[in-house]
Amino acid sequence: MSAASPFALLANATSLPWAEAPAWPVAEFVRATATELNRGARLCAWFGVPEASGTCLVAVLAFDTDNTLAVGRSTPLTGSYPALTATHPQAHLFEREVWEQHGLKPEGHPWLKPVRRTAGSAPANDEFFRVDGREVHEVAVGPVHAGIIEPGHFRFQCAGEEVLHLEIALGYQHRGVEAALTGGPHRATRSQMETVAGDSTIAHATSYATIMEALAGTEGPLRAQWLRAVALELERLANHTGDLGALANDVAFLPTASACGKIRGDFLNLTALICGNRFGRGLVRPGGCRHDLEPERAAQLSERLKIALADTEQAVAWFWDAASVRTRFENVGTVFPAQAREIGMVGPAARACGLVRDVRYDHPAGWHRFAQSPVAVWPSGDVFARARVRSLEIQRSGEYLREQLAAPAAGELAGELAPPRPETLAVALVEGWRGEVCHVALTDASGRFRRYKIIDPSFHNWTGLALALRGTAISDFPICNKSFNLSYCGFDL
Amino acid sequence: MFVLDTITHRLKRGCETMAYPNGPAPALPDRHGGALKVEASKCADGCTACIPVCPTQAIARPPGQPVALDLGRCIFCAACVEICPQAAITQTGDHRMAVTRRDALLLGESGHEQVRLAVALDEKLRKLFGRSLRLRQVSAGGCNACEADTNVLGTIGWDLSRFGIQFVASPRHADGLLITGPVTKSMELALMKTWDAVPAPKIVIAVGACAIAGGPFVGHREVNNGADSIVPVDLYIPGCPPHPLTILDGLLRLLGRLDEPSRPGRGALAATDR
Repeated sequence: MSAASPFALLANATSLPWAEAPAWPVAEFVRATATELNRGARLCAWFGVPEASGTCLVAVLAFDTDNTLAVGRSTPLTGSYPALTATHPQAHLFEREVWEQHGLKPEGHPWLKPVRRTAGSAPANDEFFRVDGREVHEVAVGPVHAGIIEPGHFRFQCAGEEVLHLEIALGYQHRGVEAALTGGPHRATRSQMETVAGDSTIAHATSYATIMEALAGTEGPLRAQWLRAVALELERLANHTGDLGALANDVAFLPTASACGKIRGDFLNLTALICGNRFGRGLVRPGGCRHDLEPERAAQLSERLKIALADTEQAVAWFWDAASVRTRFENVGTVFPAQAREIGMVGPAARACGLVRDVRYDHPAGWHRFAQSPVAVWPSGDVFARARVRSLEIQRSGEYLREQLAAPAAGELAGELAPPRPETLAVALVEGWRGEVCHVALTDASGRFRRYKIIDPSFHNWTGLALALRGTAISDFPICNKSFNLSYCGFDL
Repeated sequence: MFVLDTITHRLKRGCETMAYPNGPAPALPDRHGGALKVEASKCADGCTACIPVCPTQAIARPPGQPVALDLGRCIFCAACVEICPQAAITQTGDHRMAVTRRDALLLGESGHEQVRLAVALDEKLRKLFGRSLRLRQVSAGGCNACEADTNVLGTIGWDLSRFGIQFVASPRHADGLLITGPVTKSMELALMKTWDAVPAPKIVIAVGACAIAGGPFVGHREVNNGADSIVPVDLYIPGCPPHPLTILDGLLRLLGRLDEPSRPGRGALAATDR
């Protein structure tokens, strides 16, 4: 499919000269993008790059079955352009974002409103969608929530218990990450990358390191790639286990909730065994990794991993054995495969709708070129499926780690990195535990960042949660929300 | 069958709650490093090697003055420790670093090489909160790491509730706030409203480099560089994120539930700062 594409093709974790990205007048560019999306491509990124005479739009597409990415752009424009969202809903947040950041109005966008802009001391939320009717009532939740979680605002339109519509308003966590990156990298850039979404430190740090390596025209040493792959799976194990525990807690199934809460910490401690920090801060650096996993340490890691995996297996078995749990999860919060495809969902949430989407498999880079694990898929699209996919991924990550720890890559852990090439665009995708983490960087004439775009998987998936709530009882919101467990700060940037 | 399995397994696992604080504290990971110690007296004349490597600009050395490291801003990357030619900045391996006064995190000059650990609340507050403290958590730009390592204190391993400390769902039920994140401009209103809704007397705990000083986002116009620009803070717990043990130590210290007047084996620094 991609062979006939007029877009410039490139593989994940590589770069190309900016001049080689084909440019069309905007109407033609939107049409060309729509054509590729119709042929099965997926929109990974859509953003603006400021030029002297306006803003040029850039699209990064993924041809998953061809293991290829594609880049194209528009010539600079001001004012408005025909919305891609009108025909391809997966662009809806991207176009709102471009409108917010660059003032380009997508004509025909059905719900054009701010994404994360601050207005005074709160986000600019604008009007919410409202359903009218005598029996209809509105429920507002957040920004500050009942538990220890990040802030966001949920506005439900309900008829009795049933949710007719959910609108999710974010932006409370906006820390100005992208704006600060222009002109970078700066001194704080690496730690900002590690805190884009703090529970996905390894995924975002690896994406950033990969970008810097691609811009330098090289790749990290094999041993570092191996160690990054190990750390990425530990991150997945910790979060998936925590999520299963949280789901158990929300249906009052306390044995699994208690056990998983503790085991999650055991997995985090394995990351801390490698680098001292439970979230992997400071481990991944452009050009390599900072801490090595020496044989003795690796042996200890393997031993403790074995115990934690066995504990997880037991805790999760209780959970799946209980009919009371299954019945709370089945047919609750369903997203249909066609919807998931249409809105461009990624990660476990997409795989729980039967979509075979996994960057480790579709666009392997780094160590995943040499070692992969099977993609975990479940077809039903409900809370059950999202829990099931996590459960399967825990098994497969465990298996993957056992294999990788038994056969470590030899060699240097870090090398000197050449400065980024000027006028170059680099793309890095990493399959974090929530799904596809996408970083795109464009350098200026001096090799500094002219534009740096971060797309956390949550950016694709929040709409999935909104759809999952349609026709669901509002009392099921907690388990639906937990089954997605999306990032607020990764979205708000 | 299922019920029996569950009971058998629970019995096999036994009590999983750690002995601390009655027994020894769990060991920090060997590469964690713990709190930093800064001995400005060791610095070479005019040396500023550590200053440009700090990602959060936590280290300063004004001309003619000793080097000063703000542990509140520190994200514990240890870049300064690695580059210092005089070993003036070292890792202590100590998990304890919560303080009650912001300036107790400024390290460097003689007598202030290490943090001046938190003192307990006054007697009246200790009487109120000492055995029952209810907190409302507000994440205000936190990346979900400080949140996660606060949350973990509620799990069976740490079991925060055995100290009478609990996180509650409403500010009306709370005795105070535990804030994470640099306090984004977009959370200012929500934080103020939450603070106003907590009945007095109330306390505020700032967890993590962001909530203390803005962390990696210090200076961004979208953030407030920490919670104490919005609400008065009673306890600062440094880290990126702080280890759960560091957070627990801070909470217990504030409530006067740790009985340890000095740092055995780590120099003769007094544990109080006022």
